[in-house]
Amino acid sequence: MALLEIRNVTRRYGDLAAVCDVSLDVEQGEFFTLLGPSGCGKTTLLRMIAGFEAPDAGRILLDGKDLAGTPPEQRPVHTVFQSYALFPHMTVAQNIAFPLRMAGRPTEEISRRVGETLELVHLGDKAHQYPHELSGGQKQRVALARGLVNRPRLLLLDEPLGALDAKLREEMQLELIKLQKEVGVTFVFVTHAQAEALALSHRIAVLRDGRVEQMDEPSRIYGFPKNRFVADFIGSINLLDAEVIEAASGHLRLSVAGLGEVIAPHAAAAGAGLRGAFAIRPEQVRISPHTEAPQLKNHFTGRVSSFLYIGDVTTYIVETAGGARIEALLPNSAPGRAQFFETGDAVAVSWRHDAGAWLGE
Amino acid sequence: MRRAWWLWAGAIAVYAFLYVPLAVVVAFSFNDSRLNAEWVGFTLNWYKTLLADEAMLQAAFNSLLIAVVASAVATVLGTMAGIAMHRWKPKLLPFMVLTPVAMPEILLGVSLLVFFITAFGQESLSLLTVVLAHITFCLGFVAIIVRSRLAGMDESLFEAARDLGATPWQTFRLVTLPLIMPGIIAGALMAFTLSIDDFVITFFTSGVGVKTLPLQIYSMIKVAVTPEVNAVSTLLMLITLAMIAIASRLAPGVLKAH
Ligand SMILES: Nc1ncnc2c1ncn2[C@@H]1O[C@H](COP(=O)(O)OP(=O)(O)OP(=O)(O)O)[C@@H](O)[C@H]1O
Ligand SMILES: [Mg+2]
Repeated sequence: MALLEIRNVTRRYGDLAAVCDVSLDVEQGEFFTLLGPSGCGKTTLLRMIAGFEAPDAGRILLDGKDLAGTPPEQRPVHTVFQSYALFPHMTVAQNIAFPLRMAGRPTEEISRRVGETLELVHLGDKAHQYPHELSGGQKQRVALARGLVNRPRLLLLDEPLGALDAKLREEMQLELIKLQKEVGVTFVFVTHAQAEALALSHRIAVLRDGRVEQMDEPSRIYGFPKNRFVADFIGSINLLDAEVIEAASGHLRLSVAGLGEVIAPHAAAAGAGLRGAFAIRPEQVRISPHTEAPQLKNHFTGRVSSFLYIGDVTTYIVETAGGARIEALLPNSAPGRAQFFETGDAVAVSWRHDAGAWLGE
Repeated sequence: MRRAWWLWAGAIAVYAFLYVPLAVVVAFSFNDSRLNAEWVGFTLNWYKTLLADEAMLQAAFNSLLIAVVASAVATVLGTMAGIAMHRWKPKLLPFMVLTPVAMPEILLGVSLLVFFITAFGQESLSLLTVVLAHITFCLGFVAIIVRSRLAGMDESLFEAARDLGATPWQTFRLVTLPLIMPGIIAGALMAFTLSIDDFVITFFTSGVGVKTLPLQIYSMIKVAVTPEVNAVSTLLMLITLAMIAIASRLAPGVLKAH
């Protein structure tokens, strides 16, 4: 039995279904992420799990017990708010002690566990400071410590890293992973940053307009997006309109706009004549001088229309003879070389026949 | 700034107009002369006279009693009203609470007088009616201050408390109350100063027997502005200033319009 079971949950605001018929399971000890663009219903779903909103339909079960009618304070679920919501009139130690006090723990146990938790988040020396005396990253840690100190069954995190700058964000990501492993508390994490979701999660549910579009492990979400929306939302990808010419047992023959015939891996949903999109990640596209003899079946010539030097890699946009724009990624690993091709260079793009995917509408 | 000299001059003129009379009252309260005409010499005699004046002491006692009781009750009720207005956004309550604040005092005074007389009779006018009247207009000020304090607060603080295991009552006691306390104290001090120097409403609701400091001062200056009046005015001014200073200290922003 899963720790958290969400069964056909719907929440409406007027005519708008902020969360619509969502079902998902979160396992004990898992780092589960709700990922989706702004307004897709992530916060609403989290608030229903915490008990601040009630579903209009469906059930939410924790350890097999229906949570309907249980007020927030009686749920073994704690939340880390995006604004941190640290109590400004309490010191760091008092903030962290709050859930323990509410649970009626004895004083000496409270001070011991507050001390331990402060060490866990490396804030041992800040115990007697007030929240307004802390930096953003430190506030973040206090909020985490406060959410974890009483060992909830489930910790909900609503875009907890949203307010941090890029460098600190990366640091906190690593720390979150470590922390979750150490304390063994199940995390339900909300974010609209796909890279963050991929880096942190055991599993991800991609949401759009209140519905789950795809739910899987990060590598499968990235490598095998189920549809155009997921493909487009996660990472960068080349998406070209395509029609199935032939659906053979091992592969597909596609007619792709601006390219022509492309061999792609087999897809269960594909059938001859169906329209959809051909999707391929930039890092799967090989870019080579046009003079080189074709080594792969999917091989198209074109010109570099622009490129973007990012440091570790360079992204080239190649316009093919047929008019398709293909993005290709080239690592700048060769020492002393900053760039391999110039704008206007004649090049070829190619990829293996088992790379890329056909996506239905 | 050369261009702004006339702004400065204007500002100085306005402030002079406001504060010079006050300064004169304070100065003459120490003047060793029966007349408010010219400076003769320093004395504390008028304060001694004041302390020997039975009627004045009785009035001061009444004023303090009214101010303490009225501001205490208004603070409790006003805090509750402020929280209710913030929490449930009722349509009617703000009007009911805030109207006495905005209404001309004379109107409030007359209507309370008519109400007390018709409901309880002429002889009901007493300290009690004055206290009730003061509560009605002080309550609104407290409610406004408490509500604006709540409005500036992150709503997720209260949700976080519930989320971490606090019951609604614990949330109120451990989070809401400490956070709005500066507003409550500021409101209480505001109510106290409003009550202690109120004249119009007190005049209408006090009947014949009860005298408060402002009423006593008024009845004295009907005869002449004696240095004794200067002395008691100075003391009243001192109390008011102290209250405002404490209020603005405890809740910066209270003095901003709301
Ligand atoms: N209290 C409310 N009243 C009316 N509509 C609401 C309310 N709360 C949320 N909504 C609507 O429900 C939808 C989902 O909101 P929600 O806050 O869950 O989005 P989100 O995925 O958390 O977005 P973000 O990434 O911007 O935080 C939005 O369209 C929002 O406008
Ligand atoms: Mg949100």
